[in-house]
Amino acid sequence: MTVYAVTGALLVALGLYGLIAARGLLRRVVAFNVVGSGVFLMFGALGWYEGHTDPVPQALIITGIVVALSASALAVGLVVAHARVSGGQVLEDDAP
Amino acid sequence: MTPLIALLALPLAGALMAVAVPHRGARIAGVVVVASAGALIMLVAQWGIPHAAPGGWGAPLGIMLEADGLALAFMAMVLAVMAGVCATAAPMRELPTPFWPLALLAWAALNAIFVSRDLFNLYVGLELLTLAAVALVATGGDKALAAALRYLIFALTGSILYLAGVVLVYSAHGVLDVSLLAATLPAPTDRVAMGLMTAGLLIKTALFPFHVWLPPAHAAAPAPASAMLSALVPKASFVILLRLWFEAMPDAADDRLLTALAVLGALAVGHGGIMALRQTRLKQIIAYSTVAQIGYLFLVFPLAGGDGAAQPWAAGAWTGAVFQALSHGLAKAAMFLCAGLWIIAVGSDRLEDLRGLARGLPMTAMAFALAAITLMGLPPSGGFTAKYLMMTTAFASGQVVWALVLAGGGLLAAAYLYRPMGALFAREIPAFTPVPRYLQAVPLVLALLAVGMGVLSDGLYAFLQLGRPGTAEEGL
Amino acid sequence: MTALLPVAILLSSLIPAGVTFFLAQDSHRLRNTLSLGGATVKLALIVVMLVAVGQGASYEARLNLAPGLYLLLRIDALSLLFMTLSAVLWLLTTVYAIAYFGTKAELSRFFGFFSLCVGATTGLAMAGSLITFFLFFELLTLSTWPLVVHKQDAKSLAAGRSYLTFALPGSAALLLAIVWLESATGPVLFTEPPDLSVMPDSHLRIIFALFIAGLGVKAALVPLHGWLPGAMAAPAPVSALLHAVAVVKAGAFGIVRLVYDVFGIASVQDLGLGTPLALLASVTILWGSVRALQQGEIKKRLAFSTVSQVSYIVLGAALAGPYAAIGGLAHLVHQGLMKITLFFCAGIFDERAGAKRIEDLNGLGARMPVTSVCFSLGALGMIGLPPMAGFVSKVYLGLGGLQAGAPWVLGVLAASTLLNAAYFLPLLYRLWFLPAADAATGDERAPLLVAPAAITALASLAVGVFAASALSPLGWATLIVTREYLP
Repeated sequence: MTVYAVTGALLVALGLYGLIAARGLLRRVVAFNVVGSGVFLMFGALGWYEGHTDPVPQALIITGIVVALSASALAVGLVVAHARVSGGQVLEDDAP
Repeated sequence: MTPLIALLALPLAGALMAVAVPHRGARIAGVVVVASAGALIMLVAQWGIPHAAPGGWGAPLGIMLEADGLALAFMAMVLAVMAGVCATAAPMRELPTPFWPLALLAWAALNAIFVSRDLFNLYVGLELLTLAAVALVATGGDKALAAALRYLIFALTGSILYLAGVVLVYSAHGVLDVSLLAATLPAPTDRVAMGLMTAGLLIKTALFPFHVWLPPAHAAAPAPASAMLSALVPKASFVILLRLWFEAMPDAADDRLLTALAVLGALAVGHGGIMALRQTRLKQIIAYSTVAQIGYLFLVFPLAGGDGAAQPWAAGAWTGAVFQALSHGLAKAAMFLCAGLWIIAVGSDRLEDLRGLARGLPMTAMAFALAAITLMGLPPSGGFTAKYLMMTTAFASGQVVWALVLAGGGLLAAAYLYRPMGALFAREIPAFTPVPRYLQAVPLVLALLAVGMGVLSDGLYAFLQLGRPGTAEEGL
Repeated sequence: MTALLPVAILLSSLIPAGVTFFLAQDSHRLRNTLSLGGATVKLALIVVMLVAVGQGASYEARLNLAPGLYLLLRIDALSLLFMTLSAVLWLLTTVYAIAYFGTKAELSRFFGFFSLCVGATTGLAMAGSLITFFLFFELLTLSTWPLVVHKQDAKSLAAGRSYLTFALPGSAALLLAIVWLESATGPVLFTEPPDLSVMPDSHLRIIFALFIAGLGVKAALVPLHGWLPGAMAAPAPVSALLHAVAVVKAGAFGIVRLVYDVFGIASVQDLGLGTPLALLASVTILWGSVRALQQGEIKKRLAFSTVSQVSYIVLGAALAGPYAAIGGLAHLVHQGLMKITLFFCAGIFDERAGAKRIEDLNGLGARMPVTSVCFSLGALGMIGLPPMAGFVSKVYLGLGGLQAGAPWVLGVLAASTLLNAAYFLPLLYRLWFLPAADAATGDERAPLLVAPAAITALASLAVGVFAASALSPLGWATLIVTREYLP
């Protein structure tokens, strides 16, 4: 199970880096989803004890996925609207 | 349906109905305001701590809802602000239709956060609030999209950090209920978990240096939405911070960490104040003022937390911080609503365009002045009571530096609020579109409530002690 | 009943204030009725209270705000002295203001804040605890700002800005001092001096300095007096009120409370704070007079004269000795009567003859005899000519200086008297002895403007002539000092 937990942690790190360092808005939305997946993976892994699983994290993960999905939908919607208005997918003062 | 459940269900049902019947949004919101007021009065009249376990499931598996003094006071403040927002937004034809469902959704999320005792449920509430708030910013039109996106990126980062903390807490303790957590033994990962959750919440509360998203977002949104965003939204994550540090894991508090939080608060007071001085648009000034005012809230951590929690003065500092959050909410909403009416009147919120407007709209000028008094912390106002309580604790506990922050912050507030006041009271007679008197009265009522909190603070102080964590019973 | 009366006195100005704000601009009669009615009711209530207190009644009202934070109104002899002064002068100033403004614009705002301002002064007088005092002190700051900027021209706005620039840091200092002191001693009531031994002397000295910094802004102690001359941009009734009862006097009253009822005269001496305060007051007395001498504008000259004269009160409080205390307290009333007379007259000169600068006064004595006589009475009183009120104050302060072992005070008083004469006598000379300019105009066909000035002028003569009576301000001050400060 530690494999899953460590992978989850790596995904969180990778995603956070993307969230902060990436300039493209779509990349940031994807990065957010990567962090989310990492956290959920960790949660699932930590809910496993010798031979039996705790159902609570699984219920929470499902809720979390729904929440993350709604957030991504809003984010993508905003990115599209922003791209229509500004013609790009970078926030102005982030542009070099 | 108990009044407690009604307070959550009413705005949520209203939000759904407003989606279904878009052109009736204002009327639906009005019904929700009146019904919520009834439910809230029933709860307050009980003078106790009502509980509810939806679906009959209690903790640890189910979710406990509990409305202690803190939760009820915040819900009452939100109700007052929402009533004001709805009253001023109703006649605004130019507001896009999504405004009403989003505003009601944000309201439902706020109430859910105030009464929830489950860390994961708090996460869900926080996300709901964030999504509604970001979308509210986006109702400001094309020019608001960039601000909304920046807000969203910060907020999502905050959420995910908070969630990671929740995961660690669950893996260490196997429970997520605040009261049950308080009863468990400390675990080695608690510090990390608290650090992650706190970092996430700091981003959402817009504490310096995580505040960069706030001024553009709050200034870009339509005025009624700005009123909600500035007055209410940061308070939700602050309440969660209070729940974490004072109720769930008071033992995890480390003096250096608590001091660090207050140092960030002090920097926010200074930075927000100085930035507010340099703005030329009223909404920007008010938004930076929010950054500064949020800073005061974080002084509560060293004053009432950690080793000080058992001291007799902890109650005063904790209650003072809550007073600050409540009175700032009312005053800041009054200011943004004033700004909204002035934009209707002269079509701009640039200070030079507002010159002399006190003649045209005297009631709003009065409201702005009263709100300013609260933000400066001058008596008699809720802001003064807050400042007095925190200052007393600062001296009693030997942490004089925080008292100086409170005093200096008040002077900075006076300096940056003087500029709009000076413009309003200039001699010019501006051309403006008249605004009905009942609309002008709305911010005045909110500002009077903020001032009234100071005059009648005795009852509120006692009420806030219902369910207050900590051993110290009496203030100084 | 005992709680009702102080609250009723407070409401007699707060209710007219609240209602006036919402009156339409042209409802002059209703507004005037409210202002005058409030002033009359207040005076009547104070007379009732005076009689009752004379028969041994005591009054107290309390409103809890939070643990350790409550409003306390409590009447003692000192509060009655200040309250009576403010109520009498308010009534007169209201009459004067109504006549002065006539039917000009923005009067609802003006009279609203005017009433609020006097409500704050009354609250200040009745305050029974430090925090209550602070609360009304701040209310006073806030309610006077709109009065100072009332004309809304660049000059008034600059004056208002300078007022706040001094006043708000002052109030921050005051709040810090209060909270610091109370965090160690608990809430400070004026009737029960706090136990100061719980704090180290060095802290107490800093707290005292913070108090003086906070109160000194309002009392216009040098170097915190910078806002006062600029505030002359305000309309004449405001200047009159500001200089005689409201703001400046509130600061001086606060210092009296601080020395006698918070620290206690013995502690002030033990901590070695009395002499520095007396020196500060003396510097202010002399500096104010020197600056007054240099002013060519009548109102500016009067303003610097206020800087100087108010510090007599502070000097009286700072010198440890009953005579000085009596002199200072009596001067609280004397200065109020004389200075309000001078400002009333200056307003009439300006309004009826367009006289703003001292040259404009030439020959006005013949044209405006009543006003000029009143002005002369006020000025002679300020100089300290016997048997005017100012003479009585100066005699007692001088005796107090000798009693307190500070004979240098006599020198200060003598120098100040010479300077007073030097800046007031030329005005009188111009009024009475210089010929008027050819184009000069001026009349005093405004009975409602002249009458208040005449009343206060006569009063300032009467309080000097009848100083020996027990009912005079001096008699009252003697009573306060013997009853409260000399156990």
